[in-house]
Amino acid sequence: MASTTQPVAPGALLSGSQILLECLVREGVEIIFGYPGGVTLPFYDALYDHPIHHVLVRHEQNAAFAAQGYSRATGKTGVCCATSGPGAMNLVTGLVDAMMDSIPLVAITGQVTSKLIGTDAFQEADTFGITRSATKHNFMVKHVSELPRIMHEAFYLASSGRPGPVLVDIPKDIFQASSHYQPVDSIHLPGYKLYTEGHTGQIRRAAQMIWEADRPMVYAGGGIIHSHAHNELREFVELADLPCVNTLMGLGALPGNHRNFISMPGMHGSYAANMGMYETDLIIALGVRFDDRVTGRLAAFAPHAKVIHVDIDPSEISKIRNAELPIVGDAKKVITKLNRVMRELEPEMRALKSNARAEWWNTIRGWMEKHPLVPVFSMDEIKPQHLMSEIDRISGGEAIVTTDVGQHQMWAAQLIRYNHPRLWINSGGLGTMGFGLPSAIGAQMACPEKLVFAIAGDGGFQMSIPEFATIANEKLPIKIIVMNNGHLGMVRQWQELFYNNRLSQVTLDSFPDATMLAGAYGFKGRTIDKPEELRSALEEAVREPGPYLLNVKVTSFENVYPMVPAGGAINEMVLGQPQPVAVA
Amino acid sequence: MLQTLSILLENKPGALMRVVGVLAARNYNVESLTVARTMDDTLSRMTIVVDVESKVRAQVVKQLNKLVNVLQAQDLTDERSVAREMVLLRVRAEMSNRTAILKEAEIFSARVVDSSVEGFAIECTGDPEKLDEFVDLMRSYGEIEVTRSGLVAVTLEPKKLRLASPIPMGASEEEEQSEERVLSK
Repeated sequence: MASTTQPVAPGALLSGSQILLECLVREGVEIIFGYPGGVTLPFYDALYDHPIHHVLVRHEQNAAFAAQGYSRATGKTGVCCATSGPGAMNLVTGLVDAMMDSIPLVAITGQVTSKLIGTDAFQEADTFGITRSATKHNFMVKHVSELPRIMHEAFYLASSGRPGPVLVDIPKDIFQASSHYQPVDSIHLPGYKLYTEGHTGQIRRAAQMIWEADRPMVYAGGGIIHSHAHNELREFVELADLPCVNTLMGLGALPGNHRNFISMPGMHGSYAANMGMYETDLIIALGVRFDDRVTGRLAAFAPHAKVIHVDIDPSEISKIRNAELPIVGDAKKVITKLNRVMRELEPEMRALKSNARAEWWNTIRGWMEKHPLVPVFSMDEIKPQHLMSEIDRISGGEAIVTTDVGQHQMWAAQLIRYNHPRLWINSGGLGTMGFGLPSAIGAQMACPEKLVFAIAGDGGFQMSIPEFATIANEKLPIKIIVMNNGHLGMVRQWQELFYNNRLSQVTLDSFPDATMLAGAYGFKGRTIDKPEELRSALEEAVREPGPYLLNVKVTSFENVYPMVPAGGAINEMVLGQPQPVAVA
Repeated sequence: MLQTLSILLENKPGALMRVVGVLAARNYNVESLTVARTMDDTLSRMTIVVDVESKVRAQVVKQLNKLVNVLQAQDLTDERSVAREMVLLRVRAEMSNRTAILKEAEIFSARVVDSSVEGFAIECTGDPEKLDEFVDLMRSYGEIEVTRSGLVAVTLEPKKLRLASPIPMGASEEEEQSEERVLSK
């Protein structure tokens, strides 16, 4: 199948590798992130003169993260590829990460030749068994004739319903075997039932409840972004002038500069968002899962509220918090219908609660003014919050920002605005260090024209250094920002607050010289530590046509606030200076 | 509390592992599990008894229904259903109490499937409580060895089996179509 993307004629005799490529082409795949190895040799041989762009990462885990970055930036299914045994095992963290954040991914792994399976062959691992709980579904191909069906089922499963990662394990002999290629014309998965429309009666009852609430609060998350429902969400909150919080996964679902946007709730959410979630009498939960990092101590979470819960996954409804009104459906479809009914009811309902609503908004605005999320500045040191506010200034709510997990992630979530969905890319559910830089590779490849910041702490950054080579190879103008506080900041914060400041194994010495490190890969890098340098250094990084590494030395002992200590109630935030708290 | 689940699943590689795996990963304790092919040999029927808090019962069923290979997971705990278990046991029988053992077996409608100088092998079916009693009784006669099958259950209310229809390739949005057919497996 030479270098062409013309569909292959039915019945043509192709190798398994060629069939796999043909399936990828039919699924519209343009880029795959991978790393070759022994059993995938036949596949890489077929790839040699194929137009699909294969990005050679430097570690398989980063293939999964880069594929995620590509997917999170576009909504398309990301594809990654690894060899058997160690290659497949290195993908696992990336798969679980995608599972936790519902990211559509298809992972292709090689497996040892069918005859050798179960013999502890060289580079054999039970990938099918090991990745079962790391994926939405997985397959092992037993015969080459199954390959087209399995590949298209994999893409369908990954991208439909609640998205997620799907793995296809392919033994070497399947890549090599020949088969008369028969294109698949339909997918039949009888047990895979999707409920997308939402129950009409429930939607009508929801609209009624929303108009009747005194203190409603929209709690919108990643589901809005996955279902491309951001415009519908905006219409919804504007229609009844509803206050709206976005979860960590949902930032950008409502524009960060929208007047109804209250910010993020949860452990490091804003005072107003958490107080709002505490005092509300009606939570309108859209594509969220009441994560423990949002609810804090469950018994004390939103004690006065009824819950309307819209989710495409029935198992999320009433999993954590009982929903008085469940609606199983796709966020976009449900909110579209909800908006229609809301408008129908508007003439008779709008005036009903106008006083209570005005009072509710006053209360919320009061909270926002009392404890706003504002950066901290110093004349002597660069405060991490200062760094984020400068990135926000340059971004103007338009840049893609990827992060790892930890303090930098929380400050980037609090202080950088995201005026569109798919700009904020971070490891939310699994909280994986080393996610930011490789996911920026995927995001930048998907959106070559966009400004991409990969923000990492000095810990996670050092897990990602191998991918400098990939960035250099692909000439990606990613702006790599290290928020360098010399520590594993979030762990240090917890040790300070809850473990008597016994700083155990959290000091990161021997950080490499940024100029030399970037220089070793042929691009520019710089270290700064003075507040007055920050703005010009960021501008220089952005002006640079290629990649740029900016190592920003920030205050070592800054803590992220507000903070709801683990097991605490969300209305009992620690707002600033450490206070005596029980050991968590 | 004990929850009885009846699961119809595709007879595909790894399907059993997925069901067991989801129960283990969600921290639900499996009390017993039986599985065998149905009349349609592409499908299997499982009966699982799990020990869970009553408030997570609905969650268990939802998690199982989420599995791609599971066509239907039903909670039979409060449904009209019949549940049976089988026990196979070997009891050492002295000459002096052989007749007594046979009498007891008769009371429980148990069948002797093997008899030797050492004793009997006996099979008994019934609900689990009745089998507990039977096993206790046999133990009073001497050394026994017991194998239990785990519960099998069948609902007395035929349920519509809701299945997803084939999706044409290239259809961008999945249509919410479904076939319904009366469960006759």
